Amino acid sequence: MDKEIGTFAVKKGLAQMLKGGVIMDVVTPEHAETAEKAGAVAVMALERVPADIRAYGGVARMSDPGLIQEIMDTVTIPVMAKCRIGHFVEAQILEALGVDYIDESEVLTPADESHHINKHEFKVPFVCGCRDLGEALRRIGEGAAMIRTKGEAGSGDVVEAVRHARVVQGEIRRLTNLPDEELMAYAKGIGAPYELVKEVKELGQLPVVNFAAGGIATPSDAAMMMQLGMDGVFVGSGIFKSGDPPTRAKAMVAAVTHFNNPEILAEISKGLGEPMVGIGVTKIPESERLALRGW
Amino acid sequence: MIIGVLALQGDFAEHLQVLYQLGVEAQEVRLPTHLENLAGLILPGGESTTIGKLASNFGLMEPLRRFAEMNPVWGTCAGAIFLAKNTHSQQPLLGLMDITVQRNAFGRQVDSFEADLKIPVLQEPDHPFRAIFIRAPIIESVGEDVDVLARLEEEGSSKNGRIVAAKQQNLLVSSFHPELTQDTRFHRYFLSLVEEA
Repeated sequence: MDKEIGTFAVKKGLAQMLKGGVIMDVVTPEHAETAEKAGAVAVMALERVPADIRAYGGVARMSDPGLIQEIMDTVTIPVMAKCRIGHFVEAQILEALGVDYIDESEVLTPADESHHINKHEFKVPFVCGCRDLGEALRRIGEGAAMIRTKGEAGSGDVVEAVRHARVVQGEIRRLTNLPDEELMAYAKGIGAPYELVKEVKELGQLPVVNFAAGGIATPSDAAMMMQLGMDGVFVGSGIFKSGDPPTRAKAMVAAVTHFNNPEILAEISKGLGEPMVGIGVTKIPESERLALRGW
Repeated sequence: MIIGVLALQGDFAEHLQVLYQLGVEAQEVRLPTHLENLAGLILPGGESTTIGKLASNFGLMEPLRRFAEMNPVWGTCAGAIFLAKNTHSQQPLLGLMDITVQRNAFGRQVDSFEADLKIPVLQEPDHPFRAIFIRAPIIESVGEDVDVLARLEEEGSSKNGRIVAAKQQNLLVSSFHPELTQDTRFHRYFLSLVEEA
């Protein structure tokens, strides 16, 4: 019957199943349960949410596999985990553990300042961050089966998520209008593989699912990212750094489904308690901006 | 003839794309009023727990059950779980089809796979259907009124022949994702059920 595992269709396919959903950062099995109950499509298992990584400083690494395992044993929805950019052995460990998706993430301290992981070598699919189309296509070229715009993780400020979503969508709109003879120079200019540039022109969109991430803290933030054309959202610190995580989590899930319905958005945005305090992106010095990591 | 695709969460856009490609009018269903005037409904792949919760929270459970009494409904993967009478987990289910489904029956994502299936009810039945299984459920057992449409061949395995597609009158389920492939035969089969109804 020609059974094949780890094909690109299968890797990309799981991301397609997550569309229209919210992926929530969790640091304990109890968080994971709260997220699942609220209707999260997947959880990202971490030792610290990005806001705490920012506050804690130091080197941020892959989480304890024991913690990730506990979270995998707690929920039935997919479990994702982060490895450092370029740290292929952390990725091998996460694959051996059986996580459902690996996020090669700028939120952790990069292990390689020139190269990302060759993701084609893995059976487990990868999601990677991007700020623009060139970065997205380089990651897909390396084997990423899902993309997320970076935003600025742990800030609670949606401005960077909006910027990156608009840049990617705007570049795709311009690319679809280019004549074929200009594609090679365009590919060279944005540092992206030519074949993928051609594919995006034909499709009018990225060849993989693209979620928004980094700074999404309210249901209206989430719905705005959906209206900007994203396929779903990652919420990191926004839920478990807020005053009432279960209620906010449930509202975020509803907001991503009913992103185009302001009456419903008004209803679900009522009485959610305090949002995460956050820190304006302009107050974060460039050296501490996570989105600038990735090559 | 308008076909609805439940658009609470999951790969509903992929189903809509196939329907448009086949020249069929189709629309997203997020609220009970969106079920009016539909001739059939597809419950897409996604996370069944998420879809069930959103359906409960937005008053869709009873309207969906009433719709499925009279009209063809097809559930793929999460949609199949949502249609089932029994699963082994606590989650909102429509509970309409007399099948018992086991979620994530093949393991985690690293065990997700593609395989060829023989599906006799499709056009060109000798031509295998390349099926994509993603953290897929299996149909463990079926009631008397349920026809088995496809089984997964796993030669040499004690699990050989597990059920991956079934039909009970106007209800259709598949544990794989025809909407992720270029092969439109399964969609055309569902549309033929809608036309007959």
